[in-house]
Amino acid sequence: MKITLKVWRQKDAKDKGRFETYKLDNVTEHMSFLEMFDVLNEELIQKKETPIAFEHDCREGICGTCSMVINGRPHGPLQGTTACQLHMRMFNDGDTIVVEPFRARAFPVLCDLVVDRSAFDRIIQSGGFISVNTGQPQDANSLPVPKEVAEASFSAAACIGCGACVAACPNASAMLFVSAKVSHLNLLPQGKVEAKRRAQSMVKQMDLEGFGNCSNVTACEAECPKEISIKNIARLNREYMSSAVGSETEV
Amino acid sequence: MKLDGKIPAGALAEKWTKYRSSMPLVAPHNKLRLDVIVVGTGLAGASAAASLGELGYNVKCFTFHDSPRRAHSIAAQGGINAAKNYRNDGDSVHRLFYDTIKGGDYRAREANVHRLAEVSGSIIDQCVAQGVPFAREYGGLLDTRSFGGTQVQRTFYAKGQTGQQLLIGAYQALSRQISLGKVQMYNRHEMLDLVMVDGKARGIIARNLVTGKLERFSAHAVVLATGGYGNVFYLSTNAMTCNVTAAWRTVRRGALMANPCFTQIHPTCIPVSGDYQSKLTLMSESLRNDGRVWAPKKKEDAQAIREGRKKGKDIPEEDRDYFLERKYPAFGNLVPRDVASRASKAMCDAGHGVAPTGLAVFMDFAAAIERYGRSRASAQGIHNPDKDTITALGEKVIDEKYDNLFAMYEKITGENAKKTPMKIYPAVHYTMGGLWVDYNLQTNIPGLFATGECNFSDHGANRLGASALMQGLADGYFVLPYTIGTFLAGEISTPRISTDLPEFAAAESETRARLLGFLSVNGKQSVESFHRRLGRIMWEYCGMARNAEGLTKARKMVQDLQAEFQSDLFVPGTLDEFNPELEKAARVADFMELGELMIVDALNRNESCGGHFRTEYQTEEGEAMRDDEGYAYVAAWEYGGMGKEPVLHREDLIFETVKPTSRSYK
Ligand SMILES: Cc1cc2nc3c(=O)[nH]c(=O)nc-3n(C[C@H](O)[C@H](O)[C@H](O)COP(=O)(O)OP(=O)(O)OC[C@H]3O[C@@H](n4cnc5c(N)ncnc54)[C@H](O)[C@@H]3O)c2cc1C
Ligand code: SF4
Ligand code: FES
Repeated sequence: MKITLKVWRQKDAKDKGRFETYKLDNVTEHMSFLEMFDVLNEELIQKKETPIAFEHDCREGICGTCSMVINGRPHGPLQGTTACQLHMRMFNDGDTIVVEPFRARAFPVLCDLVVDRSAFDRIIQSGGFISVNTGQPQDANSLPVPKEVAEASFSAAACIGCGACVAACPNASAMLFVSAKVSHLNLLPQGKVEAKRRAQSMVKQMDLEGFGNCSNVTACEAECPKEISIKNIARLNREYMSSAVGSETEV
Repeated sequence: MKLDGKIPAGALAEKWTKYRSSMPLVAPHNKLRLDVIVVGTGLAGASAAASLGELGYNVKCFTFHDSPRRAHSIAAQGGINAAKNYRNDGDSVHRLFYDTIKGGDYRAREANVHRLAEVSGSIIDQCVAQGVPFAREYGGLLDTRSFGGTQVQRTFYAKGQTGQQLLIGAYQALSRQISLGKVQMYNRHEMLDLVMVDGKARGIIARNLVTGKLERFSAHAVVLATGGYGNVFYLSTNAMTCNVTAAWRTVRRGALMANPCFTQIHPTCIPVSGDYQSKLTLMSESLRNDGRVWAPKKKEDAQAIREGRKKGKDIPEEDRDYFLERKYPAFGNLVPRDVASRASKAMCDAGHGVAPTGLAVFMDFAAAIERYGRSRASAQGIHNPDKDTITALGEKVIDEKYDNLFAMYEKITGENAKKTPMKIYPAVHYTMGGLWVDYNLQTNIPGLFATGECNFSDHGANRLGASALMQGLADGYFVLPYTIGTFLAGEISTPRISTDLPEFAAAESETRARLLGFLSVNGKQSVESFHRRLGRIMWEYCGMARNAEGLTKARKMVQDLQAEFQSDLFVPGTLDEFNPELEKAARVADFMELGELMIVDALNRNESCGGHFRTEYQTEEGEAMRDDEGYAYVAAWEYGGMGKEPVLHREDLIFETVKPTSRSYK
């Protein structure tokens, strides 16, 4: 296949950035999208040009490192799929593909397609955990958890922290990410003790980081590679309201 | 140098308990004065950093990733072992210990492995308390399944994302300590050297990967939890950035590398499809609970499949060779990885392979789908269900158990493995070798500790499935936080280490010179192309089957490649900027040095054991032939200097409880 790529190039955070066009002649349908970038980078190196910086690691859709907007969609056209799992069989010979970094005020661009998502870490640090020290907790089976509850919690915990939800949202809101963590922990009996405080602290930190407000656009759910449900947002809103109104929880 | 494993005296089952209650302690007010560097935030590093912070130490934690949560542990799929015996199927600490020692082909230390089995149960308790959503049964209790090399069901799991869920648990514990100010987290910082002061590990040189600046960090002790080196083969199931640099740089400073040739080839990975391929994808061992591995009995059928004239499902039952069930009836499809990998390779070598390359066999779920379908139909009160109902119900059960694995397979290959058998082939997956450590997880350098996959300690010559996650968390939550006290108790009056010491300045300037060296070659070939070539040499001659002739040849090839690297490498950009090519260059340079040492180690070990299969040493049936007289030892290698031979130090393995016998899974 022949593919034309229009890729965002930006030397560093200060650079203004621009699109550059690259043509590739030998793309095969079995290649992954990132392998196509490997091939392009090898060509650039042969020409002694600077290869395109893009982030990736597991290439299996689980680490959450890859982060590209492909033809206007975070992680590209395929539902429930990260950029690294996208294969070229999804595209046609002669296609032009536009590739940009995730864009959001809270995710500054570091270089080309690489952005800084450390805001997500700080949100987790603000309360996305259960406060137990390493030690001698009770036997695991002394606390039965209904299968459905464990599964609902797991579905929320499947979030890979990629940030596509933020990139997809016109307000650059992080509500899907935050609500997934809150659901993961608050649904479980172990997480109930700190449920209210968790919801409040994480929402507060999200605002501090400069993420926008949620106005129910639902683009986040559509682009989330792990198909995290917006029901989690509703759950977070309930938790937050009940904790904000008439509660003495200290944050 | 005399290697002392520092194994406590006493009966095996009591060593750890007794030792723990008698080892030196560091009082809480002294912990506040001691700094510890932890490099790595995978299961081993995140759990250690969090636990050390909880204890009161001042922790500085490093990862080259953009977030601690990205560590390669996140990709582990199938599960984690623990001797809980929840199923009442006869499991016990002793059995887990025994399975691990036997699975490792009697090349691991009894005392370490026993301790691992002892703490395994606490790991599950700890993780549940942290909110890890393990799979559960309808009664609300934890579910388990089987993994290879065992006859009990002791593997706890969270669908096919167990590593992700465990790592998120550890990451959350780490995040909590960061928020409490007990851990200072340095993301996007890559350790490039170890700093030693008066013979002790006292700090690191790290490169800030965003600015490119070299920075100095000091501490009273340094813990490496930097993962395995499977990527020396270029193609492996490891994440793209996994590398040996942190560990190798300490070897350059005098740490010993133990059993580097012990690598694990995993039998069930998606076969290679083309030259551009960047990595291989694992299909979790848990699938062998339900998947039956086979190849066509007739070579004509295999050829027809390779040429696309036939499909797997066209081959009638009687023409299929379920070779694992045939050769190993007692364990069947669940034989250990090394055994399964070699059996698959043998089938392909004999002309029964099924992918266009000839390098694949089938893993088939049809029987399981039917079995589950019938059972679910009967549970739902459907009598005489038709075939479609059975299939639909059976496929649903498969989805519940392995959901993301089948989806992943389909994304990569474009095929639905519930409808047509999966194609699989062995691939590099894990490295049992690693930094030599004693019972305290301390290397031979005082103050330098190694945990998780980057040490050599628990898996001998072959690791059993679901035991790496167990080891990483055992080391980080339940072993290192205690054993590090044996060293730090002697440091309570050592003031904070200054980074202005000449040792720091020297290490920094050596690192700078090394990096500038890569930039100044200005040749023609990319780092990636060298890495691929190194990988091909390693796979061909130091992979699933090795022999003296090939290894000798390979050593020369690696040396030549190194010379070419030094004269024809091209790395764009500069030192003081975000420069992924420069990062890779430093890693590949270290992989080459390690690769050569792996070859030396494989040549030295004139026997076959576990993942190390020397074709000269095999039985008539093609099984590995160990030599306990000659090689029941840990081969710990000291770096000899550029162009000099490495020096071998042996630690004899003494078996007091189990008697090494020829490993049989028949
Ligand atoms: C696909 C796959 C599936 C697996 N499935 C299972 C399973 O089901 N069960 C099981 O038990 N095991 C499994 N394993 C094995 C297991 O995942 C690993 O052995 C284990 O997670 C390693 O953990 P670790 O903490 O030692 O290292 P890692 O998780 O690899 O972490 C290494 C850390 O060190 C950091 N680091 C490395 N070098 C440097 C440096 N120079 N400077 C700064 N930071 C550095 C990295 O950033 C990272 O944070 C699987 C492995 C693979 C590849
Ligand atoms: S919610 Fe989905 S899109 Fe957002 S970070 Fe998590 S996995 Fe990514
Ligand atoms: S590279 Fe890990 S999710 Fe894409």
